[in-house]
Parts: sequence; C-alpha cells; structure tokens
Amino acid sequence: MPVSLSIENLDKRFNGVPALRGVSLDVAPAELVALLGPSGSGKTTLLRAIAGLEEPEAGRVLFDGVDSGTLSLRDRRIGFVFQHYALFRHLTVFENIAFGLRARPRAQRPAEAEIRSRVLALLELVQLEGYDRRFPSQLSGGQRQRVALARALAIEPRVLLLDEPFGALDAKVRKDLRRWLRELHARTGNTTLFVTHDQEEALELADRVAILNGGRIEQVGTPDDVLDHPATPFVCEFLGEANRIPVTVSGGSAYFADRPILRGLTQNQSGCASLFVRPQHVHLAEDGPATLPGRVAAVRRHGAHRRLEVAVNGAPKPVELDIASQEPPAPGETVALRIARGHVFSV
Amino acid sequence: MSEARPFRWREPSILPGFGLAFGVLAAGLSVLILIPLAALVLKAASAGPADIVAIATAPRTIAALRLSFGAAFVAALVNAVFGLLIAWVLVRYRFPGRRFVDAAVDLPFALPTAVAGIALTALWAGNGWLGSLAASFGVKVAYTPLGVMIALIFVGLPFVVRSVQPVLADAQRDVEEASALLGATRWRTVFCVILPNVLPALLTGFTLAFARAIGEYGSVIFIAGNVPMVSEIAPLLIVIRLEQFDYAGAAVVGVLMLAASLVLLLLINALQAWSRRRLGYV
Repeated sequence: MPVSLSIENLDKRFNGVPALRGVSLDVAPAELVALLGPSGSGKTTLLRAIAGLEEPEAGRVLFDGVDSGTLSLRDRRIGFVFQHYALFRHLTVFENIAFGLRARPRAQRPAEAEIRSRVLALLELVQLEGYDRRFPSQLSGGQRQRVALARALAIEPRVLLLDEPFGALDAKVRKDLRRWLRELHARTGNTTLFVTHDQEEALELADRVAILNGGRIEQVGTPDDVLDHPATPFVCEFLGEANRIPVTVSGGSAYFADRPILRGLTQNQSGCASLFVRPQHVHLAEDGPATLPGRVAAVRRHGAHRRLEVAVNGAPKPVELDIASQEPPAPGETVALRIARGHVFSV
Repeated sequence: MSEARPFRWREPSILPGFGLAFGVLAAGLSVLILIPLAALVLKAASAGPADIVAIATAPRTIAALRLSFGAAFVAALVNAVFGLLIAWVLVRYRFPGRRFVDAAVDLPFALPTAVAGIALTALWAGNGWLGSLAASFGVKVAYTPLGVMIALIFVGLPFVVRSVQPVLADAQRDVEEASALLGATRWRTVFCVILPNVLPALLTGFTLAFARAIGEYGSVIFIAGNVPMVSEIAPLLIVIRLEQFDYAGAAVVGVLMLAASLVLLLLINALQAWSRRRLGYV
C-alpha cells in the first residue's frame, strides 16, 4: 500500500550554514513529486533527511502519520536511488538486487527460491533479463541506474526516493529512462520523490513540482500551476526564460513610462513592481499607446524561431522575443512590442 | 587456416616510450635483482648434488625454514587483522592524538631492526614488564617461536596499515548508506560491503608484511634466543654457515628460501589478480 508522506518544518544546517529552512511538504499516496532547484538549493539535503540519512535540527517526517524519527533506517523501508548508483561492485547484478532480501532478519527472510524468482521478476521489470550474472563494471550507465532502481524496489519500499536519477547519463538515455520511469510509476504506484535540477525533466515527469531555492520551498504545484501561475520571481525566472521589465502598477494595469503595457491584472497591488514576460508572450505590433517602443539590437536563430533582442529605453536589459516570421526586422529598425501575458511581482 | 604470424610485442599504446621504459626496467632489474640471484643459484650449485640434498633435507634446515615461513605467515595474518583495525580507526574517527598515532605507525620502518629486537627482548624476557606478566600465566615468550612471531608482527605492521588506509579513505559513503537503507545491519555492511572492497589492498599489505617477515633478521635474533630446531630462523642459519666459511651451504639455504618465497608470492599475486578482477579493475 502506498503511504502518504508529510514533512513538517524541517531545519538543517551544515557547520552553521542553513541548508533547509522550515521546509514543509505533503505528498499524497502514490504521488510522483519532483524536487526542483538550482544546485545548493537544499533539494538533495531534503531527500536525504526524508530517508533518514541526515538528521534535521528541527521538524518531523511522517509516513502515514507516523513520526519516522523513531524508526531505524531499516524500518523506514525506503527505496533510495543514489545519483552515482552506489552499486556493490563486488557483487553480481543478481546479488545486488537480492541484497535487501538477504539482509532481512532470518525470520522474515524469503526462501532462496523465492529470492530468485523475485530478483528475476525485478530484472524483467527494469528490462535487464539475462544480465543477472554481470558485474556492475560490465554495465552501461543507464543499465546501472536500472539495477539500482531494481535493488531499491526489491525491499518493497513504502516510499521511493531518487537523487538526480538521470544526472550522470547522456541526453538520449535520459529521455528514454524518463518515459520508462513514468510507466514504471504507473505500474508500481509507489509514493515517489525525485530530485532534479532539470526543469524539463521535472515538468514532464511529476504530478507536482516543489521548487526549492536557498533551503526554502518557493512553490509547490502541478506543472501547469507553476508554469502559468508562478508564485515568486524566482520560480518565474527558474522555469524558462523571462524578460524583467520595471513597471508601475495602478488600477489593475502595469505602466512602463506612462504606457499601460499590460492590463487586467488580478493582483490587488500598486506601486513599483517587476513585470516578468516570457519571450513567446511578446509580439511585434503596430505602434500605439499600449505598446513598448524599442530598437532591434540583434536577430539570432533560436531553434525553429528567430530570437529578437530589442533595446527599450529605460529597461536595464534588451527585451527578448521569438518570432516565426521569415522576414524579421533588421537590426537598428524601430519596432513596437505588445505584451500578451506576464506576471507582476512587487519590488 | 590462419597463417603463423611472426611474434610481436604487444603494442602498449600509440604513445612512444615503451622501448626506453622497458630497457631501463630490464637493465635495472638485472643489475639489482636478477644477477645477484643468479650468482646465488650458481654458488649453491657449486656445492654438488649430494651436499645440496644433504643440506636441504637436514632436520635443522627444515626446522629453520618451517619456523621462518610459519612464523612469518602467522605474523602477517595477525598484522592483516590489526593493521586493518588501525587503518579503520585512523580513517574513520577523529580523536586527539590521531596524527601522532598515524606517524607512530611508521616507526617500525624507521627503527634499526636491532634496536627493535633489543627493546622487544627486554620487554618480553622472563623478568621484563610484559614477559613477567606472561610468565604468571605460564607463557614463555622470549627465546621461543612465540617471540619470533612478536618480532615479525612488529616489523610488518606498517605495511598493512599503509596499504589499506588510502583504500578505506576513498571508500564511497553512498555505498554504505545504500546498504543501511536496504536493511543491512552494521555488521553486515562492514563484512559484506566494505571489507570486500578493501580485500585487494589488504592482500597487498599482507603480502608485503609476509615477504618482509620471511627475510627479517635483526629484530628476531635477540628475542628468538636461537635454539637450534626450536627458535632458530633460516636467515640466522645462513649467517651461521657463513661464519663457518661454508659459503655453498649458506647459498643452498638461501636458494631454498628464494624458491619458496617466489612460489608463495606468485600464488598471492594470482589471488590478488582474481579479487581485483571481481571488483571490476582491469
């Protein structure tokens, strides 16, 4: 049975430097949650604290409402997949996967025949049939990662924790494993947390994403939530590119140099603010009172699109936008920009 | 049918330097090791077949060789256990005086062996600090094979500690954590996860300690008492024969030691190669 996971106000310091500051997070049974953040944001520390590998200074981790602080590592029954696999290199693939079963107290240890059938079933699950006699050194990175996952699943974990599971793999293998992990989660239904610094990975895989920065959770939400309704400037800038334009807000509109460049703001605020706009939400337009005037500084190729950099008087950085047009304006040309969507945060 | 190809040295790599490096190796090995050993064998051969067999099968020779190899083996085993423990404590724990202990491990290297021998004899003689203690339990250490072993343990200890220490220090923390999370007890983690990884280094340390102990002379002769057939080691037997101007006889004992050492070291090397292969080293 999948369990729920509840993290309450975790604090952790390393030599006085805070790594986690009052982190709280609730994970529903069978949910797949990504911990996303830049390096040093505390995401791996959080994962290790949940596993019991780090002792928090304050706060609790509850499994189905039971405080895990009183449980030994063994009794937590956590499947943990390490970034660098941490396979036992002196043991075969078979023995690696069987390790958790053999380590059980004698009374709960399955019989040899059952261990064998369980390990072979797991090998099939991770698509490594016939590799049971290999040693880890004879496997590729992706294969090792799958052995590590099978080893973690062998103990029938209550919670599955993955630390940068695809971090050490090349792009192609990453993509395949990502899709495969999604399917695996659908089949096994473990409550799963995984750490990543790759936003694309997090948004594609997870039911919900927790975005960490400086030891705090900035926002937790579905991929749509965090993309469409970023709660903080950090989330906005971390999830994809964003232009930052200084504006003044009043009466539900954002003004740049007295031009109302974005109307219909729902936030009830006024005064100085920053407007965050993604490049795909900026368009070329006829000059008018609600547009942003600028001069094209550069035109670059950006995948299938062209990326325009437009210098705007009064904005600290050129505004970037994507256009599909085959005939982009030339550098130096004067253009007007219309902003379709954006997020406003008070300064 | 494949044609017989002319013999060629295996090309080690496209980078130059093999010829020079191998030339230096061959020359150095010849001057330092092979030529002296060949001279030893030649000298031994000059004794004549009958004498060689007589010396080799003399009870005193056999007893001395048995003591030298047996005591060296036991001493190396003891060192493997305690050396591993010392290395473990030095690597894993931070305690006051750790650096001092770390440095003290090398003392048996630096100390003249005769000094070590005299100190050990004074300590373990019937009226010494530890010797009198042992005597109260009815155990006689000095002037017995036990004393030989203690001297050999002393000189061999640093080899094991220094071989194992860097490997333990390099050990990946996450492998231990993985083991604990999979439900292994601490004992299981140590014996099934950590120690197998240290095994090749431990075997190296064991081999070095063993080889050193086989040839050890200075520290042993004081504490051994050198009673023929009981506590007389093979290197001493060689010295005795030299003092009697029986150079060929000394050479015969020397060749016997050489042959036995070579066979044992080859065996241990094979064991080591096997254990390293299992860990995925090439």
